[in-house]
Amino acid sequence: MRGAVAIFSKDLNSELRTRYALNSLLMFVIVTLSIILFSTAGETVSPSLSAGILWIIIFFAAMSGLSRSFVSEEERGTSMTLQLWVKPSSVLTGKLLFNSLLIYVLNIMIIIAYTLTMPSFVVKTPSIFFITILIGSFGLSSASTFIAAIISKANSKGTLYPVLSFPILLPLLMSVIDATRLSTDGAAFGEAAGDFKIMFSYSVVVSTVAIVLFDFVWRD
Amino acid sequence: MKNWMKISIGIWIAAVVAIGIAMPIGYIPGLGAKARIIFFHVPMSWLAVLAFFMSMWYGIAYLRKKDMKMDIKSATAAELGFIFSILATITGSIWAKFNWGSFWNWDPRETSIFVLLLIYGAYFSLRSALEIEERRATLSAVYSIVAFVTVPFFVFIMPRMMTGLHPGEGSPAPIVNANGKMYMDANMRYVFYASLLGFSFLYVWLFQLRSKIGILTYNNHTEIE
Repeated sequence: MRGAVAIFSKDLNSELRTRYALNSLLMFVIVTLSIILFSTAGETVSPSLSAGILWIIIFFAAMSGLSRSFVSEEERGTSMTLQLWVKPSSVLTGKLLFNSLLIYVLNIMIIIAYTLTMPSFVVKTPSIFFITILIGSFGLSSASTFIAAIISKANSKGTLYPVLSFPILLPLLMSVIDATRLSTDGAAFGEAAGDFKIMFSYSVVVSTVAIVLFDFVWRD
Repeated sequence: MKNWMKISIGIWIAAVVAIGIAMPIGYIPGLGAKARIIFFHVPMSWLAVLAFFMSMWYGIAYLRKKDMKMDIKSATAAELGFIFSILATITGSIWAKFNWGSFWNWDPRETSIFVLLLIYGAYFSLRSALEIEERRATLSAVYSIVAFVTVPFFVFIMPRMMTGLHPGEGSPAPIVNANGKMYMDANMRYVFYASLLGFSFLYVWLFQLRSKIGILTYNNHTEIE
């Protein structure tokens, strides 16, 4: 666990020093959002459609930002050092913690920007929305951190990342979109219970499998 | 596989196809003669799923033994599974055009075969992006396990997202209903099982052939080096 915290603070420090990921992700969100605003100008976007668009932004922002966690270690040639000093499970946990923090910050930025610019996106049941973001973001980061570890060893990393992640993330994306739609429809809290169960069990299963299989990916 | 077995698979499948098309199947509400697709479409999708499972199975075997043959078998199973899922998609899509009026309408079953195709596609892109053989074997095995683990979630999500029209779902279930009970008459059931058996043997034959070629190529390749 100490190793995991060390990895986490190392990544956090290097991020705070350069702010590379956050800056480029913020620009990415602004660019994506403006394309959506240009293409929907003058149209009335239904609330259920706006729930889907929100998750499209989150998915592709995550796809452009989260692969860095492992790819940068390979590019800088520092992965060998990590292999010598830290247990594989600590590496994964540390990276997972950092990516989760990154995606929470990113999602808060996206949601603020989105609610300011999309008049049709009104959350009527904040409790559903809050829990969806809370569990959904963790599930998103747990699957994509592990896929990032796989693709960091491959060629053409950038294109491969969304291709590999999408089928894995699809069950999660479908349930978070459904829950977000429910929260904009003003549904009662209990109606989203099924989606929460799927999100929660998905996050638990994927992170468990990731920890079990990470040894093979890390020390090949 | 012995020669007589290959010949009998050929005769068996030819007979199944002929009987499946020509046999009187009686009146089936809502489907009629279109129900004959069950003899060809269901074995295809069954093999697509079976091949997906076998690919993961050999992937696990590779991770345990680090035996390159297991990786070749895993890739072979995935190749065949990809072909069978394309066949299942095409046959199902043609049937959907005549029964539902459009080739594709995101029915839960259509969505799940689409996801299966995506997973196979991602699996092959990952393999082609990895040059070192051991690394390719390890990482593609890991990916197939992760993909296999997430698939069961669709079983729980699909009913929440959309209602199905596919035979076997909902209240008017003409042939196979949700409890897994079959409402086929005896003759139809025999032909269906015969078809399932025939295509499964065809799969085994293709699998043996392809993996033998793969292993020979690999051995030849390593000897030259």
